[in-house]
Amino acid sequence: MVAGSRLADRILAFDQATGVLRAEAGLSLFEVNRVFLPRGYFDPVAPGTQFITLGGMVAADVHGKSHHRTGSFGGHVRSLKMRVADGRIVECSREAEPDLFRATIGGMGLTGHILEVECRLLHVPSPWIHAESERIEDIDRFMDALKEAGPRWPYTVGWIDCLSTGTGMGRGILHRGRWAEPGEAPDRRPAERHRPSVPFVLPGWVIDRWSVRAFNACFYHRHVPRVRRGIVHPESFFYPLDVVRHWNRLYGPRGFTQYQCVLPESAGRGAPRRFLELLTRRGGASMLCVIKDCGAEGEGLLSFPRPGTSIALDLPIRDGTPDLVSALNELVVAEGGRVYLAKDVLTRADHYRAMEPRLESFLAVRRRWDPEGKLRSAQSVRLLGDAP
Amino acid sequence: MKVAFLGATKGIGRALARLMAERGDVLFLLGRDTADLERSARDLEVRAGQGRFGTAPCDLERPETFAPALEAAEAALGGLDAVVVTAGLFATQDRLEEDVELARRLVTANFANTVVFCEHARKRLLARGGGTLCVFSSVAGERGRKPVAIYGAAKAGLSRYLEALDHKFRDRGLRTVCVKPGFVKTSMTDGLPVPPFAGEPEAVARRVLRAIDRGQPVVYAPAIWRWIMLVIRLLPRFVMRKIGF
Repeated sequence: MVAGSRLADRILAFDQATGVLRAEAGLSLFEVNRVFLPRGYFDPVAPGTQFITLGGMVAADVHGKSHHRTGSFGGHVRSLKMRVADGRIVECSREAEPDLFRATIGGMGLTGHILEVECRLLHVPSPWIHAESERIEDIDRFMDALKEAGPRWPYTVGWIDCLSTGTGMGRGILHRGRWAEPGEAPDRRPAERHRPSVPFVLPGWVIDRWSVRAFNACFYHRHVPRVRRGIVHPESFFYPLDVVRHWNRLYGPRGFTQYQCVLPESAGRGAPRRFLELLTRRGGASMLCVIKDCGAEGEGLLSFPRPGTSIALDLPIRDGTPDLVSALNELVVAEGGRVYLAKDVLTRADHYRAMEPRLESFLAVRRRWDPEGKLRSAQSVRLLGDAP
Repeated sequence: MKVAFLGATKGIGRALARLMAERGDVLFLLGRDTADLERSARDLEVRAGQGRFGTAPCDLERPETFAPALEAAEAALGGLDAVVVTAGLFATQDRLEEDVELARRLVTANFANTVVFCEHARKRLLARGGGTLCVFSSVAGERGRKPVAIYGAAKAGLSRYLEALDHKFRDRGLRTVCVKPGFVKTSMTDGLPVPPFAGEPEAVARRVLRAIDRGQPVVYAPAIWRWIMLVIRLLPRFVMRKIGF
């Protein structure tokens, strides 16, 4: 079950001096940015879409282009008001009920209904972004470029063509960015953008291996010169996919699933290459996969990111997709990595348990707050063996 | 603009109050749940970026609360340019047929008591030389329809009253705006099957605010419902008896 709480979307307090925001959990990130960016504040972690709620950002402990510096969202949360399984309303934080707080961050909603979120926003010098993008020839150079950009840039992310093989394997575009200083930014505010919509669901054959290959190749070769730089609209830097609404319709009636894993530093710098080799061998057609170096592990008992390399794919649903995901998961288990629960619909319980040594400490907290196992989800039934 | 607002805590009212606060209007919130009113007041204050938004209890089921609430609003705002009413009771036709007492309460609140509230409001506005009275009726009042027989009857009465206010007082400076929302996705309609042409509260609120600024006497929102209701009004009875709409 997914509980949407868009109707609970009120801002309850904001301190202009410190950037501390308290709001009902259904407030969307789009609203947060719309209201507070003109006042010099932005969300601290910059996830890839702004059509998410504060409550969802806590439950998935979301991360973004600044993960190597700022960590994931939970680290910026100060306090949560929750309705727990027995109906009580509980305020939790690092001081009060810290076990509930840590289990809720990244806990995929299994510890209770998040009602209010108090978090600290990031102060920014202007509402514009100074962005650079660079064409990178292969995955090994990509790893080096990400590593090199980390200390100098607050925002980094790579889009790679995960269908190219051989010498061009993992070629792509690296994006780096920082907030523009007042002197270099335009005086005006970034305009609100019109978002065209994909009007209907396209037939399933539109996105196949060949069309994706062509799209990815265009995307790579169109990037001339090799390095581009300039002042850009924050939405085009942070949320390139939000520009078109309902873009999921491109994938046809069966839709698509996302797959995201992190390969830890201990797996060595060859791990992303091994992942891509497996993916291309199995023929997983993904439009532009996203690659990002992760910083420190979050506080949440089940937080996804950890130091290493995160790779995210969009996989169209086909008959073979569950097998592809299982094959990728086997590699992730062998490399000592883990998958992102927020994007997972196909992982098997045995793979998940092998990836997640922290699971027992999460389950202990969950048992304490929900001894009867009232709070369950389709995912918890699949991965944790809950009663359906 | 100084606005007394009955029903700003939920749905289209919440979206409309936000648009007003963000562009610099000052609001005073009226409603029955004082804790909820305070939460909405804080939300609007942060969005406005300045000022304090007051609240006072006012319940459409308790007409004795109307005059003190409007008095408190005018005093706190130091004047009054507009009164907005989005509040009302809602229940499905099935529920109202089961529970006749609920039907009585709903018709009383949405028609008789809303008229009484508007009488208090328009007298205050006229005493100040005019202003805007914006009240939410519904497309449900356009035709006797099976799924909204009782709710629609109350809204039909309300629409007629607002039309007459517009005829009678416009030349004295009272601009009456009767809003007729179609199906809009809010807490009121949560759980109902969503028909085609359903609207989002933010888009509907933008349209209503434009109508308030222009003093437009009747506004359908989303706009397409004007044409849908035109067709519904033209359907002959024998067709209305057959269809479930």
